[in-house]
Amino acid sequence: MTHDSPPLRSRAATRKRRRLYAVLSGAVMLAIAAVLVLTAFEDSIVFFYSPTDLAEKQAGRDPVKPDQLLRVGGLVEEDSVKTAADGVTKLFTVTDLKNTLRVSFKGILPDLFREGQGIVSSGSLGPDGIFVATEVLAKHDETYMPPEVADALKRAGEWKGDEEKEKTQ
Amino acid sequence: MIAEIGHFSLILALVVALVQAIVPLVGAHRGDGAWMATAAPTALVQLLLIATSFGCLMYAFVTSDFTVMNVAQNSNTLQPMLYKVSSTWGNHEGSMVLWVLILAVFGAMVAAFGGNLPPSLKARVLSVQAMIGVGFLLFILLTSNPFERVVPPPLDGRDLNPLLQDPGLAFHPPMLYIGYVGFSMAFSFAIAALIEGKVDAAWARWVRPWTLVAWSFLTAGISLGAWWAYYELGWGGWWYWDPVENASFMPWLVGTALLHSSIIVEKRDALKTWTILLAILTFSLSLIGTFLVRSGVLTSVHAFATDPERGVFILLLLVIAIGGSLALYAWRAPILKGGGLFAPISREGALVLNNLLLTTAAATVFIGTLYPLFLEAVGGGKVSVGPPFFNATFVPLMIPLIIALGVGPMLGWKRGDLKGALSRLKFAFIATIVITFIAAYISWGRSVFGVLGLSLAGWLATAVILEFASRIGLGRAGSGDVLRRMAGLPRGAWGMTLAHLGFAITVAGASGASLWQDEVIQLLRPGETLSVVDYDFTLRSVDSVKGPNYTAQRATFTVRQNGEVITTLAPERRRYIVQGTETTEAALYTQWYADIYVVIGQSDGNGAWTVRLYFKPLVPWLWAGSLLMVFGGFVSLSDRRLRIGAPSKRLAAPEAKAPTAQPAE
Repeated sequence: MTHDSPPLRSRAATRKRRRLYAVLSGAVMLAIAAVLVLTAFEDSIVFFYSPTDLAEKQAGRDPVKPDQLLRVGGLVEEDSVKTAADGVTKLFTVTDLKNTLRVSFKGILPDLFREGQGIVSSGSLGPDGIFVATEVLAKHDETYMPPEVADALKRAGEWKGDEEKEKTQ
Repeated sequence: MIAEIGHFSLILALVVALVQAIVPLVGAHRGDGAWMATAAPTALVQLLLIATSFGCLMYAFVTSDFTVMNVAQNSNTLQPMLYKVSSTWGNHEGSMVLWVLILAVFGAMVAAFGGNLPPSLKARVLSVQAMIGVGFLLFILLTSNPFERVVPPPLDGRDLNPLLQDPGLAFHPPMLYIGYVGFSMAFSFAIAALIEGKVDAAWARWVRPWTLVAWSFLTAGISLGAWWAYYELGWGGWWYWDPVENASFMPWLVGTALLHSSIIVEKRDALKTWTILLAILTFSLSLIGTFLVRSGVLTSVHAFATDPERGVFILLLLVIAIGGSLALYAWRAPILKGGGLFAPISREGALVLNNLLLTTAAATVFIGTLYPLFLEAVGGGKVSVGPPFFNATFVPLMIPLIIALGVGPMLGWKRGDLKGALSRLKFAFIATIVITFIAAYISWGRSVFGVLGLSLAGWLATAVILEFASRIGLGRAGSGDVLRRMAGLPRGAWGMTLAHLGFAITVAGASGASLWQDEVIQLLRPGETLSVVDYDFTLRSVDSVKGPNYTAQRATFTVRQNGEVITTLAPERRRYIVQGTETTEAALYTQWYADIYVVIGQSDGNGAWTVRLYFKPLVPWLWAGSLLMVFGGFVSLSDRRLRIGAPSKRLAAPEAKAPTAQPAE
């Protein structure tokens, strides 16, 4: 098939050796990837907590670290949304109807953020127990409930949703 | 009536697809020419039927026929015509019809233009293509009928999701689907080759153009999606490592590997089994992407209405398609003969490295995307894997890829001269060092990743240009000679240069944002001014305006740079009447090196508005770079077509199959 034709045996031997190289380099690559993935998993997996989960976690032996990134979710409590003195930081309370969590967020709240609606937020817990959000996600229409939130409400025994008609983000 | 015609043609299409899946395959096995010959006409009839069905659905949307439930739920009489049309695929059911339509178009193209394929290969390819079609048609008919009627019909529809009412997103799904489904061709060819037990250069020459088409469209589709996220979601991010983004990115990564490994099969007759495996994996990842997005296991903008039944059905399809093809691979691949040898340092060696890195990168993305699902399934709690994971795994794998990409095209086939290649890249080393210093100076102390990204992009861009220059003999030959060489250069070489250059520019764009992005958020009253970098934004006024199906608050800003008025920007906050939802419409001003980006938020009730300004350096390069990659793909494609056309006599295609060959768009 190729133009130069070394004796048959050495050709077969070369082929074998080359194949070995290929397999070895593939294995090395996979090993590198495995190391990268495992180290990254250690630092960058983000856990989701409902306000109840978080309260339990904080009361337990292994509370979350100050700068640890986590996600929380629940319903925005009615009449809880306030604006701080700087005019752009919003303060509100997230609830799973059992426990609540105070959240502060500097930025423009998503278009569908409203009191009484389910949201998911990522950020970290401040020393004062206020969750400092770096991101707030709300759903895109009125029939939707983020699955994490629905699940958290279910576990808190407060979910009365009938058939889940889920739509979008 | 129209809706019933659509539904009925879809059922007929399923029947035809069943025939197309079975008869040619049996014919090819028995060597029966007449049975094999049924493949082409059935493929064309299938296209005709699905196109009819899709046309009927679109007609229902365009005429706002609210007796059809799908239309009532996803369209509205007030919508502009563009969005009435794009509503056709802006929902789960319609998008699946688009999926099978594109599948049928690809099948029909093989049927119509595959005159020079060996008859048995053609029959098998079309049969495999039809099997995929059967699966998805069953899925639509059993779980997601787009033509379901509603009694009594509502007076008006519920409107398309406002976030999807955007020109960028109107074309994002078709592009993405042409990419996803386009890889079905490579898959069908791979399965046919496994059944046949033969892979040769001619096979690769057939697979290459289809892979290129799919890859180019997928690149365009992903970029459109990123672009949309950038200006529509209002937070200025363009890539979020969201599971659905990853769902489209994994086939892209493996598809890029396939694109390159099929070059080796074609030119050097080596790496055949690997290429077959890549073809299977690429399409499998497209299917997994469809599953992730359609089954509702993920929370995202793309999830549409979900239904557990659908998830199970797609999962079943997935198991049959992927499991079946991999089993066939394990059984048949060993009989494919190995081909040409090559030294580790060679063009082939470089392409193998490219393949290893791309597939490993795809594997890390795969793990990061599916790990949360896996952990939840085994009861390990709810986690999410976000950008930090991917920055720590994916990015380090791209670094050697970019470095090697600069050198690879300089190496010869079979046995390369690494020293020679490196010495020819002297200038690229110098340029890289200079760029690194400039980037480090500008962004001192801000982002190591950004500086690294820019220097890699600089390295790649100069290496690509040097390679091109040496190809056309710049500096060695006279100017007339250089021009002649440029004109004589194969389109494939042009395509490679353009696509690699586009990649370098994209990398620069992606790094720029992390380098010197700046943002300000503040309350602003009309007449007040807010500054970011060297831009001053003066809020002139906030007015209420009325669109066709929304009302909006529109802010008007006068933007000055160093005191000179450069533009007026008008971001909006829209409220869509039917769904009562709000969207932010960011306003952007693009300069060659940066975007400035303004979003208007809520009012504080006392005449002041939350305003957010961004300075986004190099982001426009992302779009320019992706566009260049897509363009490179198409340039390269124009070469392939000529090459395939030349040795055969397919112009004198004997079969008279013209009447149904026209795909209805």
